[in-house]
Amino acid sequence: MKSSQRLALLFLLPSFLFIALFSLFPIIESLRLSFYRMILTLPWLGQKIVGWENYSDLLTDPVALASTRTTLIFIGVTIPLELFFGLGMALVLNEAFRGRGLLRAVVLIPWAIPTVVASQMWRFIFNDRYGLVNFVLFGADTSRYLAPLADPHLALAAIIIAEIWKTTPFAALIILAGLQSIPDDLYEAASVDGATPWQKFRHVTLPLLKPALLLALLFRTIDSLRVFDLVYVMTQGGPADATNVLQFYGYKKTFGEGMIGYGSAIAVTVFFMSLLLALAYLRAFKASRVQGQAP
Amino acid sequence: MKRSAALVLFSVGIALYCLVPFLWLVLTSLKSSAELTAIPPKLMPSFHLGFYRSALQNYGLLHYVGNSAIVAGATALITVVLGSLAAYAIARFKLKWTNFYLLLLLVVSMFPQIAIAGPVWIILDRLQWLNTYQGLVAAYIALSLPLATWILTTFFREVPGEIEEAALIDGCSRLQALYKVVLPLAAPGILTAGLLVFIHAWNEFFFALIIMTDPTVQTLPVGIALFPGEYTMPWGEIAAASTIATIPLVLLTLIFQRGIVRGLSAGAVKG
Repeated sequence: MKSSQRLALLFLLPSFLFIALFSLFPIIESLRLSFYRMILTLPWLGQKIVGWENYSDLLTDPVALASTRTTLIFIGVTIPLELFFGLGMALVLNEAFRGRGLLRAVVLIPWAIPTVVASQMWRFIFNDRYGLVNFVLFGADTSRYLAPLADPHLALAAIIIAEIWKTTPFAALIILAGLQSIPDDLYEAASVDGATPWQKFRHVTLPLLKPALLLALLFRTIDSLRVFDLVYVMTQGGPADATNVLQFYGYKKTFGEGMIGYGSAIAVTVFFMSLLLALAYLRAFKASRVQGQAP
Repeated sequence: MKRSAALVLFSVGIALYCLVPFLWLVLTSLKSSAELTAIPPKLMPSFHLGFYRSALQNYGLLHYVGNSAIVAGATALITVVLGSLAAYAIARFKLKWTNFYLLLLLVVSMFPQIAIAGPVWIILDRLQWLNTYQGLVAAYIALSLPLATWILTTFFREVPGEIEEAALIDGCSRLQALYKVVLPLAAPGILTAGLLVFIHAWNEFFFALIIMTDPTVQTLPVGIALFPGEYTMPWGEIAAASTIATIPLVLLTLIFQRGIVRGLSAGAVKG
């Protein structure tokens, strides 16, 4: 018994060291640094402890507040649409038909494309002169062409479209796995009882799909808090900070301006946002499981 | 009859949704400069390879491909070795704290990158590992281990314990039993985990951007994101580089589709 303990420890140790050095220690260090003032690239200037100053600055920084708002809008719009389209895709992929295997492979393509490539791709599609969107909307009438990525009202919408395109397949895969775990005899029983397809969906599929939907919701929300590549490539947070999501703002402060103390305060805020979301979803998940087990 | 018509319609819709933007990128890369800027846009390109030639010659595309291959390959290899050791211990020994470790990995995988980026940069700076392959690979290993360990644990749990016990009775050590008996049986899972880690490392941008500031060691996503262009963007070259960065992934994904879907849902739905 003892030797298996030691062996298990030995097997886990190498990977734990990586996690400890490059994930656990950094998160604690970020927390500590958020109470300091320090220049990232000039560490010899020293660290000065400033208490809660970074956080109080954050609360009065109009850019940070707007950035939080942008992040919440981004999440609030992308996640419901992703889940809706993902559910639709999963329902189609769950049907038996010729070519289903091929379609399942095709659905993986947006997921497999590097996000930076997807960003450049959508940047070109939204281009003010040669973009496909402009041509589809206005034909050859170039005088009416829009520059969505340079327009504060449209830039965020453009990034949201690109994000939905890229990540819906992942939501669809999780939901599809949930659909496949629903036993066929439930549908057969519903058919015997004369249920319409809509009634089957409403009273069999949806309740049993709840755990998978919650899981997709959890993964996608936490991931969309990290949106960065699209913003970096398509708009650099602009125009006029219209797409300046928190992860990008934290990057700009820490690595653009070298203000690691303030950047860490932003980082810690994002961290606690995702932690709270995760806990809230996990509670909902547990509740839905308990409910699901009751007959 | 009505049902199948709707199904065909939806299937075609999904396929178009997934393929059209990407196909547009590929078609753009095969155009000539005149075709690229034509209004109305030309649907079919002349399969002119000028942008590929330019991306290779003027922008050193192959160099970025090489850097990405080194970084993603090394990350996948090391992550799979370390992750297999951990997953084996978790699946076989069934100790209480190994489950706690799995939970810890799940929490770690949810950290936003920005929340660890600053200290990671400082650590690599101290080690003088900024702008080195090992620096980026070390960070990637830590980022990939959670997902890899989860997937590998799922697969290792499916290898029947009796086979391994027989090997132990025959005088194999634990480590021998692992690589002579368990590993071959878990090979599909290991391949899947390796593939997912490779794809992730090949696509990763945020850490590559902050760790690799020297163009000689930059990976493809950084090269593509920072494509130089002061007044006019070299869209054709960007499209060509993007296509080259993506084609290997699309092929891998199409070939290993089943494994990838299983791997992605292994961590997700079992929980």
